[in-house]
Amino acid sequence: MADFGYTVWILIVPFVTFIVLGLFGMKLKARISGLTGTLGLAIVTVLSYATAFRYFLGAGLADGIYQKIIAFNSTWLTLTDRLHIDMGVLLDPISVMMLVVISTVSFMVHIYSLGYMKGEKGFERYYSFLSLFTFSMMGLVVATNIFQMYIFWELVGISSYLLIGFYYSRPSAVAASKKAFIVTRFADMGFLIGILILSFTTKTFDFVTLTDLNGPAITSTGGAVFLGMSVMTWSMILIFVGGAGKSAMFPLHIWLPDAMEGPTPVSALIHAATMVVAGVYLVARMFPVYYFAAPEALQIIAWVGAFSSLFAAVIATTQTDIKRVLAYSTISQIGYMIFSLGVSGYGGPEGLGFMASNWHLFNHAMFKALLFLGAGSVIHAVHSNYMTEMGGLRKHLPITNITFLIACLTIAGLFPLSGFFSKDEILTAAFHHDKVLFAIEYLVAGLTAFYMFRLYFSIFHGHDRQYDHTPHESPATMTVPLIILAIGSVFSGLLPFNRLVTSDGAPFESHIEWSVAGPSLIIALTGIAIAWVMYRKENTLPDRLASTFKHSYKWAYNKFYIDELYLFITKKIIFRRISQPVAWFDRHIVDGTMNGIAWVTQTVSNRIKGLQSGQLQQYGFVFVTGAVALVLFFIYLIK
Amino acid sequence: MNILSCLVIIPLLTITGILLVKDARQARVVSAIGMGIQLITAFIIVFMYLSERKAGNTDQMLLMSSYEWFRSLNIYYTVGVDGISVAMIALTSIVVSAGVFASWEMEDLKKEFFISLMLLATGVFGFFISLDLFTMFLFYELAVIPMYILIGIWGSGPKEYAAMKLTLMLMGGSALLMIGLFGIYFNSAPDGGELTFNIIEISKITIPIQAQRWFFPLTFVGFGVLGALFPLHTWSPDGHSSAPTAVSMLHAGVLMKLGGYGCFRVAMFLMPEAANEMAWIFIILTTISVVYGAFGAIVQKDLKYINAYSSVSHCGLVLFAILMMNRTAMTGAVIQMVSHGLMTALFFALIGMIYGRTHTRIISEMGGLMKVIPFLGVAYVIAGLASLGLPGLSGFVAEMNIFFGSFEHPDTFHRVATIIAITSIVITAVYILRVIAILLLGPVRDPHYSEFNDARWYEKLSILALLTGIVYIGMIPSGLSGIIRDSIMPIVEKLM
Repeated sequence: MADFGYTVWILIVPFVTFIVLGLFGMKLKARISGLTGTLGLAIVTVLSYATAFRYFLGAGLADGIYQKIIAFNSTWLTLTDRLHIDMGVLLDPISVMMLVVISTVSFMVHIYSLGYMKGEKGFERYYSFLSLFTFSMMGLVVATNIFQMYIFWELVGISSYLLIGFYYSRPSAVAASKKAFIVTRFADMGFLIGILILSFTTKTFDFVTLTDLNGPAITSTGGAVFLGMSVMTWSMILIFVGGAGKSAMFPLHIWLPDAMEGPTPVSALIHAATMVVAGVYLVARMFPVYYFAAPEALQIIAWVGAFSSLFAAVIATTQTDIKRVLAYSTISQIGYMIFSLGVSGYGGPEGLGFMASNWHLFNHAMFKALLFLGAGSVIHAVHSNYMTEMGGLRKHLPITNITFLIACLTIAGLFPLSGFFSKDEILTAAFHHDKVLFAIEYLVAGLTAFYMFRLYFSIFHGHDRQYDHTPHESPATMTVPLIILAIGSVFSGLLPFNRLVTSDGAPFESHIEWSVAGPSLIIALTGIAIAWVMYRKENTLPDRLASTFKHSYKWAYNKFYIDELYLFITKKIIFRRISQPVAWFDRHIVDGTMNGIAWVTQTVSNRIKGLQSGQLQQYGFVFVTGAVALVLFFIYLIK
Repeated sequence: MNILSCLVIIPLLTITGILLVKDARQARVVSAIGMGIQLITAFIIVFMYLSERKAGNTDQMLLMSSYEWFRSLNIYYTVGVDGISVAMIALTSIVVSAGVFASWEMEDLKKEFFISLMLLATGVFGFFISLDLFTMFLFYELAVIPMYILIGIWGSGPKEYAAMKLTLMLMGGSALLMIGLFGIYFNSAPDGGELTFNIIEISKITIPIQAQRWFFPLTFVGFGVLGALFPLHTWSPDGHSSAPTAVSMLHAGVLMKLGGYGCFRVAMFLMPEAANEMAWIFIILTTISVVYGAFGAIVQKDLKYINAYSSVSHCGLVLFAILMMNRTAMTGAVIQMVSHGLMTALFFALIGMIYGRTHTRIISEMGGLMKVIPFLGVAYVIAGLASLGLPGLSGFVAEMNIFFGSFEHPDTFHRVATIIAITSIVITAVYILRVIAILLLGPVRDPHYSEFNDARWYEKLSILALLTGIVYIGMIPSGLSGIIRDSIMPIVEKLM
């Protein structure tokens, strides 16, 4: 088999740029540090693409099936006699696909940021964090074992924390970064406990062994039964909790909209294209285990994904901050991918959902990064995040306008753009699995088209607003990435995913099922048409509708009050009802007891210290009385 | 002369040197040189230990030597090291050197301060190399006494109260410990023969189980007081918050480790049967420690209190892991001791440096410090991340060993305890990020802050020494973990 040993440089290069920029960045000129980071990423991109070409064009194939190749592996830490944490590079269709996704988007974001972040204080810090993120994300996808994945999982979490809080003198950014880290950390606790259970059931961390159809995870009977489900199922559910946290699935989604406090290119990279799909990737990575050993868990995954996609789509229709609309749209689209894995089977055409999910992940990375970068270009031009303060920008920002429109059409799923293909496959997979879930996803498709075009029309159509200065198109460093990503979004639908990325590595035939795709196209067009009527020209229709459905509108606008619920739990329960009583108990009861003992000792000694008065008369008196008492005692009582 | 004895002699020589020089400014230079030599000696010992192991020496203790001290009671000055003591020696020498530099410009600088500090160091080093229970106890007491002077004189806040409380509680522990040690001594020859204090000798016989049932809890609790065992931890918040910077560093960084070290080197190694019987009681107590300390830290307002409660939680994890009595968990316990020693020393050093600038330790009275003192700010963030167990920093390695080791027990009791202990990683994240958000981030709170100087050279030296350790263990854990895994085996085998 071909040698892929060089792929380890995909990890080393960004790590080195992180260290260099982190330690010496302050001493470099801002421009130099930006270019250093970008150059590092260029190397990573070249290596990733080379790997992808070699892998998919033959080097990964054996007997017509794409193999799992361990390109590099070395033991990092020995835990128990059986379990050891390795660090390595595992190449298989999904990890190679992720290499392409991450390097493409990250490279685009690096270039884009040269323009977008120009003149910002902490430019070198920004690029050093971007390198850290790229390193961590690459390490996550090429992990050879679940524990390596967990390690890099935590590292992407911290990169995300650092980048959300990039503008750290802004209190809202600080709060958002803290929230993001703690919510995902909570989910990661589930992940860790899941790994503990899984690894002690199967005696391995290794992905190849875990997903082996004759391996210990799949052939095991599932272990003891606990609360009606096998231990194996519990562990897989807990692992999914970790994935749900990172991928912002309901009810762990609350950190993602707030995370938009970070710089916009960061939102594009981390909170749209790469890190937030880690949960999808995790389920895809463990898919055989889910399918064969924990089907109940897979069922839960399908429902969580479907519900999240609907829930977030409804909220997205009411938000006015353009980045928040995109954030809810991201939750909704990731819901699609998670759902698609949940309804998938294994092997051949059965694994349609698996293939569609990964395909959608790929397409989504392109068009959602494009949308965010486009939004960044808009924000850069008008210095506002609110669509109520925008309008008529198509004249001022022609390139942004066209690329944004392409992205909107793609996410709405219009033929022949890439979103159409992957969404159609997802719906087809759902159709064969569960009709209720299928109906929900149809509805979501319509909502998606509606809110995306509500966004598009509000920004680019309508009449001009009062701008501080005339908005102008962004510099080439920003528009070129937009154009490249737009090309990607248009054509990535032509990639033969059914031959490349499948559940068992073997290619299968799939074709567009027009009985599903036709109605979905109609629904999408309806959504666009409604948006056209409501938002193309300014009119009172949206307000009238909002007041007609006052209550439901208010609930959706306030994100169904989930944030308030969280505040209640953290502030009221954790802080007031647990931590403060613990602190009180410690000071007053535990410490009070210690002080009490000291007090008793002191008081007793104060009382009896009078006995040592030093007065001879007193001593004589005590001596004589004592002697008499003793004599009487011996005479009368003892005889 | 044996090289291990140098570790005791160098601080004593440093004290002589301090007595000879004129003033405190020269005294600090003498201390720095002394501790620099100590640091080098410590690393020579590490090197000698490793090369001897590589040469195939599989004895439990290496570099041993023994001098008769008190013939009639069979008390010897016996020293020797295994991987665990080597790790603790390296930790101590780093923390002590960092402590000297952290007190470089302290207010009320006195020669006597450095003398007490060196005396403390003598005690700690002596404790870690001793293999004779009696000399070990002697060094232990030697380490505790200077603490009273250091806090009582150079402390802040209600320092007399804090010093008294800390000393009395630790002395209370010592009283229990002394009974425990004598109990071991008088049962060290159950078949007749000569009584001994030598740990290695005692480990070869079995102390009668009735005696173990008495003396195991006494010894364990006696050491446990110093290791912040719930509910005997309350000296820690008051003591730490009143102590001067270097003393907090040494106390939380090294002295609390004496407790954990003693627990497994003496209590569990010598009385394994009772340890197995009674572990469940202490597992419950330490599980409470872990979660309770973390919750306690969430609402504190004073930086030092936060760190003191955090230490209760982290040191609780050390004792928790020791009680799991398998190789992985106990390796984790030792790594956690080293890791917590480094990062809590770093925390206290940074708190001292921040206090030296803002003259307050109440977090709500500060804000936006990252902008004005970035070096200290970044160091604080890294210490915080190590504390919440970020991969790549030392805390993670320790915690993973502990959790996997304790989960290795297949029964529900241990597994539930593990899961409860795991929740601490989230709670830790909450209080660490809360402090970072309030203290370092946000807008600059006070315009006077712009006059602050970032870290001075001696502060940088102190910080970097500790940071290097944290990052090294986090990135390349196999070195430390390998040494400890091998050395923990004899203890684990006795416990099986």
